[in-house]
Amino acid sequence: MSGRDFDHPDVVLVPHGPMLLRGAESVQDLEGTVHAVDRPVVALCRCEKSSRLPWCDGTHKVIPRS
Amino acid sequence: MRLPKPRGGLSEWLVARLAEPELSGSAPGADSWDDESISLWTLHELSFRGFEDADDRAEWDPDLLGVRRDLETALEDRLRARWAEAGVDATPALADVPTALEDLVATDDGPSLADFVRRRADRDQVLELLRQRSVYHLKESDPSAFVVPRLPVRAKAALVALQFDEYGDGDPNRLHSHLFARGLEAVGLRAEYGAYVDDAVPENLEMNNAGSLFGLHRRLRGAAMGHLAAFEMTSSLPSRKMVQGLDRLGLEGPMSDYYDEHVEADAIHEHLAARDICGTLADDEPDQAAEILFGAFTCLDVEARFATAMLGAWEDQR
Ligand code: FES
Ligand SMILES: [Fe+2]
Ligand SMILES: [Fe+2]
Repeated sequence: MSGRDFDHPDVVLVPHGPMLLRGAESVQDLEGTVHAVDRPVVALCRCEKSSRLPWCDGTHKVIPRS
Repeated sequence: MRLPKPRGGLSEWLVARLAEPELSGSAPGADSWDDESISLWTLHELSFRGFEDADDRAEWDPDLLGVRRDLETALEDRLRARWAEAGVDATPALADVPTALEDLVATDDGPSLADFVRRRADRDQVLELLRQRSVYHLKESDPSAFVVPRLPVRAKAALVALQFDEYGDGDPNRLHSHLFARGLEAVGLRAEYGAYVDDAVPENLEMNNAGSLFGLHRRLRGAAMGHLAAFEMTSSLPSRKMVQGLDRLGLEGPMSDYYDEHVEADAIHEHLAARDICGTLADDEPDQAAEILFGAFTCLDVEARFATAMLGAWEDQR
């Protein structure tokens, strides 16, 4: 058996959704503020409509898809 | 926690038998849905935290397991009948299980308690809702924890990653059910595990029983994970509405912090659950695909029934 049988990327882009990021310790937002990360995986907003940037809060789901 | 109050002949027999294992005689039939629901809830609880006034060995007592099996069969039949009646295509292409879950969630048209809390609920109604919700939130992800050993490699790793977050990422202060307990205390409610079970309406008990049924049976692992996915996928936006409603009523603080945590956490969990857990499970065990959707449907369905009951009762009081 090889050492790695499964794809397990650190970054996953969710279609019409956020970017999942694994194993990060900190994230800098658009204003330059650095946020500490205290979870194994975080979801970063890509639609820029989240009420708590840089994190996704699910708002992308209620935005009409163009 | 102490044994709950009986709600009919069966639960009366059960509570007596749990307190006094030497009691002989067989279980009577249930008098009502309420009686049935509290009985099954009590029997399941023996596998979670148990009761201080019940014999711990009752969990594996063959007579009680017989009663539990009958109640579980009736519940599962009811849930499957509703699923069949909904007429959803339960044979997604395997690669599409996450999309099928999204579609199921998107077409859910059950009433939203979070909307009501955000806009109109008064303080008493919110406190009543929190008492009802405490039956679930003080257990939160425990039923899913039973599923870990029953999953193939990828789904197992993903479920544990999700659960790690539910259980506070190693910090007991951040454990979700503990955050809810702190929230209850802060709004002046009782925070002990199971404190409000006697107040739980049958729709609420059934919602909890369905989750425990799925979690406790290996056979139902797909349904358990579909249930988890649907729960996570319908949590972050409603949690935000709960925060707005609690703040509107001056209940900010630890209780709104609990919901606030879920805005962010469940925006992550929904993807872990739909893609990394359910998607890979369906890929590895194709016969679980339809079960995943059944579980997801059930999660939405029991919540809709609970919401309808609560909103209906409040409407009647006006
Ligand atoms: S990507 Fe989810 S809120 Fe923006
Ligand atoms: Fe949680
Ligand atoms: Fe979650």
